[in-house]
Amino acid sequence: MSINGAAYIVGAFEHPTRKAEGQSVAQLHAEVAFGALQDAGLSKDDVDGFFCTGAAPGLGPINQADYMGLTKLRHVDSTDMGGCSYVMHVGHAAQAIKEGRCNVALITLAGRPRAEGMATGTVPRSWAPNIPDDPFEIPMARTVVTSYANVASRHMYEYGTTSEQLAWIKVAASTHAQYNPHAMLPKVVTVEDVVNSPMVADPLHRLDCCVISDGGGALIVARPEIAKSLNRPKVKVLGCAEATKNQGGGAMDLTYSAVKQSGAAAFAEAKVTPKDIQYASIYDSFTITVLMQIEDLGFAEKGKGGAFVADGNLISGVGKLPFNTDGGGLCNNHPANRGGMTKVIEAVRQLRGEAHPKVQVPGCKLALANGVGGLLGHRHGGATLIMERE
Amino acid sequence: MATPAANRAIPAPKEDPTTKPFWDAARAGKFLIGLCKDTGKHFWYPRGCSPFTLSNNVELVEAKGTGTIYSLTVMRSKEPHAPAYVELDEGPRMFTNIVDCDLDALKVGQKVKLVFKPTEEGGAPVPMFTPA
Repeated sequence: MSINGAAYIVGAFEHPTRKAEGQSVAQLHAEVAFGALQDAGLSKDDVDGFFCTGAAPGLGPINQADYMGLTKLRHVDSTDMGGCSYVMHVGHAAQAIKEGRCNVALITLAGRPRAEGMATGTVPRSWAPNIPDDPFEIPMARTVVTSYANVASRHMYEYGTTSEQLAWIKVAASTHAQYNPHAMLPKVVTVEDVVNSPMVADPLHRLDCCVISDGGGALIVARPEIAKSLNRPKVKVLGCAEATKNQGGGAMDLTYSAVKQSGAAAFAEAKVTPKDIQYASIYDSFTITVLMQIEDLGFAEKGKGGAFVADGNLISGVGKLPFNTDGGGLCNNHPANRGGMTKVIEAVRQLRGEAHPKVQVPGCKLALANGVGGLLGHRHGGATLIMERE
Repeated sequence: MATPAANRAIPAPKEDPTTKPFWDAARAGKFLIGLCKDTGKHFWYPRGCSPFTLSNNVELVEAKGTGTIYSLTVMRSKEPHAPAYVELDEGPRMFTNIVDCDLDALKVGQKVKLVFKPTEEGGAPVPMFTPA
């Protein structure tokens, strides 16, 4: 069953905070939910589907739904696949709408790792008790950055990818971030700035890594009849797919990601090709994360991603594939250590023509949002969403 | 400039009933890996089912403890260390650390050999590798 055309993104809201010293996690969720409903022109009691992840405090969706007073729910989904969950939730919401299980789906993400002083990427951490791989990896100092650095190491070894090529990804993000008043790092940087920044975990420098930020975002997905009744540009869901990638019992191949599978399925459902995409939001926890997805989505041949991203090819108005025009996780924000939500939000802005004028893709009709969740170098999920301005 | 590997404090692995035999063997200085008896293929990390067939027709077998660095990073913290994937000569790739060496001299493709490292609070030793 295809979800192509089954639902529209009718509301989107990104929290302006980057350090939430005055709000709890539950309150941040409530604020983004309210913002997205206002953006759509809907109200709380229109919501009959609620989507969140483990970033929402409580048991699945129950406590957060209670906090927000969502009393009309008849469909909930707290499937958690890390940072790409919110990309995936748009697809799940479209499925639920198509099956008649809900009419208006609310998807929320929020968190405050920065205010809580969390060492997000550099300290080993477990996701939960009883995880079977932890005893074999936590003692080995498995952290977010060491996982992604191993991927970068292998990519460089196999394909000759260079630090300078990876740096271009950060340069493009920073070029966009200068126009975002909320961006944590609005200063434009050069390739030299990136490769001369302190090494965190070879070959990843400090400026190859995303920011740690608080905040969050929310989306409203609705059935076509409701979308047509609202006074907002129409952003139609054309295709969405998810995938996971395992270690294969020791057959770990770090040269590709789960996105190879999710991307192919989403493009097939959307009935478009990578060449048709005018704007792409691509999860940028690290520069290598972007490179991997660009190849696995088919924007560049495997191993040629480094050459593809060089020389400003990701800069809006300059290159062939404008990406992360809000500055992305590398420069803008990375709320709750989960970048998928803001990826969808900026793609919606582009399709509505509401991105900053300096980075708006003229006549943007077809956009993609992509994410990975978990650890790229260990086990992870991928999700791909393709949307069209109607 | 050389960066000697730090002798960092390694957290003890949490043992569970299924993998206890692996850790008991590690305490006795033996490095075991999984063997799927349905397919004859080795696997990592140890578990009670085959990642190839899902059956419980598996056993732990002693590995040679030799391999090649598949990928590598050097964490530039106060205690520099090198989380890496090592491809064992039996086939599986495992996430580990390269220890007791100059971290700046390490290369993907380099031959390495097993060294067990003690862990905190009297935990079982964990399998790490050093240049062969």
